[in-house]
Amino acid sequence: MQPIGYGDLSAARLDATFAALADPTRRAILARLASGEASVRELTEPFAMSQAAISKHLKVLERAGLISHGRDAQRRPRKLEAAPLAEADEWLERYRKFWEESYGRLDLLLDEMKRTAKPRARGRRATAKRKGRPDR
Amino acid sequence: MTKSNALQITTTPDDREIRITRRFDAPRQLVWDAYTRPELLKRWLGTMPGWSWAVCEMDVREGGHYRWVWRGPEGAEMGLGGVYREVVPAERLVSTERYDQAWYPGEAVGTVEFTERGGRTTLVTTLRYDSKAARDAVLQSPATEGMEAGYTALDALLASTAAA
Repeated sequence: MQPIGYGDLSAARLDATFAALADPTRRAILARLASGEASVRELTEPFAMSQAAISKHLKVLERAGLISHGRDAQRRPRKLEAAPLAEADEWLERYRKFWEESYGRLDLLLDEMKRTAKPRARGRRATAKRKGRPDR
Repeated sequence: MTKSNALQITTTPDDREIRITRRFDAPRQLVWDAYTRPELLKRWLGTMPGWSWAVCEMDVREGGHYRWVWRGPEGAEMGLGGVYREVVPAERLVSTERYDQAWYPGEAVGTVEFTERGGRTTLVTTLRYDSKAARDAVLQSPATEGMEAGYTALDALLASTAAA
């Protein structure tokens, strides 16, 4: 893997976001909340888990800033907070950009190599074929 | 395999891995050369703005070592290195990698596969973390494993929240 600079993003917050996203139950909860706010009881229903276990997951999501409480004191509905996800996505985009830029330069280098090194390249490909490694 | 030359970063069935796929309009021997010869690798493998190559040593044979160091602003350095475990020219390169600064602990194993079809080469890079401890720690940072998990969630979530 290559060095990726993320110092100017909030590293601690990203840590929390990715740690929170690493669990399948929490991802399912977020996916549910993406379609609208829901109470703890409503969030518990689809899972074979106790409400206490779901509450623990909700706390992790809340600490990561991925969800928040609604105002209704009785239901305390949870809702999705988009900002940390957007920040995580920005980090992923950088990672993608790192590879896209590198591979873009590799495209240019390969073009140059094709122009200057064609005869030798053909010779080596023929060798690979004889060794029984078809290239199509 | 890819239908276009677009970069793909995907999750795999194994949650310890991440896979990066890209196709190039060149025979695999050339891609292999660009990947394994330091003077060529240095010309494309990216650095961040303000960073440049300081060391690029590669002894590309089984058991051989490699060492890459970049130098950045104010004398900052970032280095990594490892050992080549498997070297099948123009076909497969397996190596370990460990960062000096340990932004994830322990080692990862990278496998790069070169597949040629119709004169074009598909490069598939797979990174695998080789201990549970390393993986769990990586999950605590915005590194590849967290990213992988993130992608699964983000695909669904950003799609559904984009309209909001």
